[in-house]
Amino acid sequence: MMHTTAEKQVLDAASNHHLDWLESEAIHIMREVAAECGKPALLFSGGKDSVVLLRIAEKAFRPGKFPFPLVHIDTGHNFAEVIEFRDRRIAELGEQLIVRSVEESIRRGTVRLRNPASDSRNAAQAVTLLETIAEFQFDACIGGARRDEEKARAKERIFSFRDEFGQWNPKAQRPELWDLYNTRIHPGENMRVFPISNWTELDVWQYIAREKLALPPIYFAHERQVIPRNGFLVPLTTLTPAKEGEVIETQVVRFRTVGDISCTCPVASDAATVEAIIAETAMTKITERGATRMDDRTSEASMEQRKKAGYF
Amino acid sequence: MSATIPKQFFQELTRERGLLRFITAGSVDDGKSTLIGRLLFDSKGIFADQLDAISHARHRRTIGDAIDLSLLTDGLEAEREQGITIDVAYRYFATPRRKFIIADTPGHEQYTRNMVTGASTADAVVILIDVSKVKMSDDGSVELLVQTKRHSTIAHLLQIEHVVVAVNKMDLVHYDHAVYDRIVQAYREFAQRLGLKDIRTIPLSALAGDNVVTAGDRMPWYQGPTLIELLESLSVYDACHDEPLRFPVQLVARHNGHEANDFRGYMGRIEAGKVRRGDRLVVQPGGSAATVKDILILDQSLESAVVGQSVTLLLEEHLDISRGDMLASADRPATPLKTVTADVCWLSEDPLDPRRNYWLKHTTRQVTARVIKINTLLDINTQQKHPADTLRLNDIASITLNVQQPLAADAYDATRATGAFILIDEVTHQTVAAGMIRLDDSGVGNVSER
Ligand SMILES: Nc1nc2c(ncn2[C@@H]2O[C@H](COP(=O)(O)OP(=O)(O)O)[C@@H](O)[C@H]2O)c(=O)[nH]1
Ligand SMILES: [Mg+2]
Repeated sequence: MMHTTAEKQVLDAASNHHLDWLESEAIHIMREVAAECGKPALLFSGGKDSVVLLRIAEKAFRPGKFPFPLVHIDTGHNFAEVIEFRDRRIAELGEQLIVRSVEESIRRGTVRLRNPASDSRNAAQAVTLLETIAEFQFDACIGGARRDEEKARAKERIFSFRDEFGQWNPKAQRPELWDLYNTRIHPGENMRVFPISNWTELDVWQYIAREKLALPPIYFAHERQVIPRNGFLVPLTTLTPAKEGEVIETQVVRFRTVGDISCTCPVASDAATVEAIIAETAMTKITERGATRMDDRTSEASMEQRKKAGYF
Repeated sequence: MSATIPKQFFQELTRERGLLRFITAGSVDDGKSTLIGRLLFDSKGIFADQLDAISHARHRRTIGDAIDLSLLTDGLEAEREQGITIDVAYRYFATPRRKFIIADTPGHEQYTRNMVTGASTADAVVILIDVSKVKMSDDGSVELLVQTKRHSTIAHLLQIEHVVVAVNKMDLVHYDHAVYDRIVQAYREFAQRLGLKDIRTIPLSALAGDNVVTAGDRMPWYQGPTLIELLESLSVYDACHDEPLRFPVQLVARHNGHEANDFRGYMGRIEAGKVRRGDRLVVQPGGSAATVKDILILDQSLESAVVGQSVTLLLEEHLDISRGDMLASADRPATPLKTVTADVCWLSEDPLDPRRNYWLKHTTRQVTARVIKINTLLDINTQQKHPADTLRLNDIASITLNVQQPLAADAYDATRATGAFILIDEVTHQTVAAGMIRLDDSGVGNVSER
């Protein structure tokens, strides 16, 4: 079997050994949270990164129960398959799920959107998250963010300190030495903890293959009605209708990330199995967010700005 | 894009390959960020949309169509505005031979603590030297920048295994062999004073790409490997399985989910050595004897486990063990210390206050500590050691501390995980120091209680 150099490059370098290392690091981090934080929570969206987090939590704490509830900050703009998957997975695990929704925040008046029905609720999620943190007095939220996703994330610590307004201050992060994490905070402050910081998109898929993890079906190639727009394939939904003069096409696509419907796009792909997705991921020329997230495009620093405001 | 994927192709994914974590270090503007950009660019580790974004970026420092590769790692708004690196950026890429995690670290003295953050987990460091900034006098003397010395000192203190000195911006001196030799000579003299062994040197141009991924033809006098070849060939500390076991307990699981009420699992990661069923261990710092009954990962029971694995240990005995205790090989336990001598990097704007208590975090144990003596403060420039009353931001010193409860420690040089600690300010909760425990030659702590 011959491969191009590009294929060989990325594929050869991957290994089980490397996945073991990443997995063990992530387990260690989760156990540190359980041991040192008073009231942690794990953010679970039903997406692939949080599916990996759940597997890590099982490896860290079974046969015991998880020492934290799972929390979903629901934008209300979901793909039905993802919510079904979320509920099925939680039931299988027998763990507690707390759902708080952006919808409620809008009703309370703490989230204001120019166009509540169709505006992306990604940024608004931060508000609902902070309200949820306050409601349950969470002092640490475990999230599935990875440093390879985005340039501001590439700068973030594994234990990321947030002040009493939930804000990240990228210019004054705590030093983080070896794996001696400083979890100390004052009341009202909080930690965001990212156990899979060092994983790449390829690592995630390889781990999903190795551990045989189930995912929402929209991660795999399927037929879908899409609207080609500015280089994206916008999925046709009630929230994202076609504009005047646009064409609707049926294409074979899959999602690389799963977020708010109104700003998450699938990519053209016929990869219908984890193995096929791994092969594609190894060869892709476009980053996960670059291919799929319209919200990151608005300015050079939009992720950083959202994080400063309390986002994951 | 491929519809089906051949079995063989998939199997290749599971082949063993080493991971190398490395950092770039050196003074401001020596070309660290550009070098990483170049490595990513030439090894195809950059995605089209990232390239597109930086070619339209507002704060480009390059002229015309040239891409400013430093923008690939300088991800913060403030960094782009000021054209500097403030904090560590982590990037991931792979070549046919190896997978890499790179940390691009800041060069400013002000941000040294962020450089230390990146250095603490690195297997290798690439120290960049800007040829055009090194002072070369007619009398033959060569003066390296203080930050070059500072970062080298930190690399040495933290015992980063491999040191690569990259003499950068060779294009600015017309790829002159003699200039390179003089700088290398000066660096080697400094390294010797420092005690750095086994350094490798390489002339390059991060901007033009010479000797980064491909050799180019402008330095025929250099016969050695390119930087990427060198990085691919470095051996990483291979789990040395005859080291004594070090297993700091992270969490204790009590009959959770298990029928048996006496189920007690000790969760943690093996930081050194290995463990097998039936092994005789000692609980430190207390000293009780323990025997390994089982080793669990999820629902699997293992015969043995090795360094790096996160597992749950079950013991035959009923013992009072909690987080912060350590299970160690009975025949080669760690050294219990009530008084700790260590080299520290001071990381806080608030100077060390010897009247105050600090929290000390060592493995999974947190104790109260007080600095009883600053033994010596290091002058980075001359490598001379002086007396001092306090420590300020970025100072490197040898200190002695008393701890309220004993630590079970090893010398940092022998075992990183049980030789490292951090100090935390009790009031601000900031991490104020990174510490590396030194034991005297007898291998016994200076004042050990047994
Ligand atoms: N002529 C020349 N300029 C370089 C080279 N490497 C980097 N530079 C320039 O030096 C400046 C500082 O580079 P940067 O990567 O930001 O340095 P850092 O502060 O060490 O990260 C930038 O303007 C680069 O374009 C080189 O090999 N040759
Ligand atoms: Mg830089």
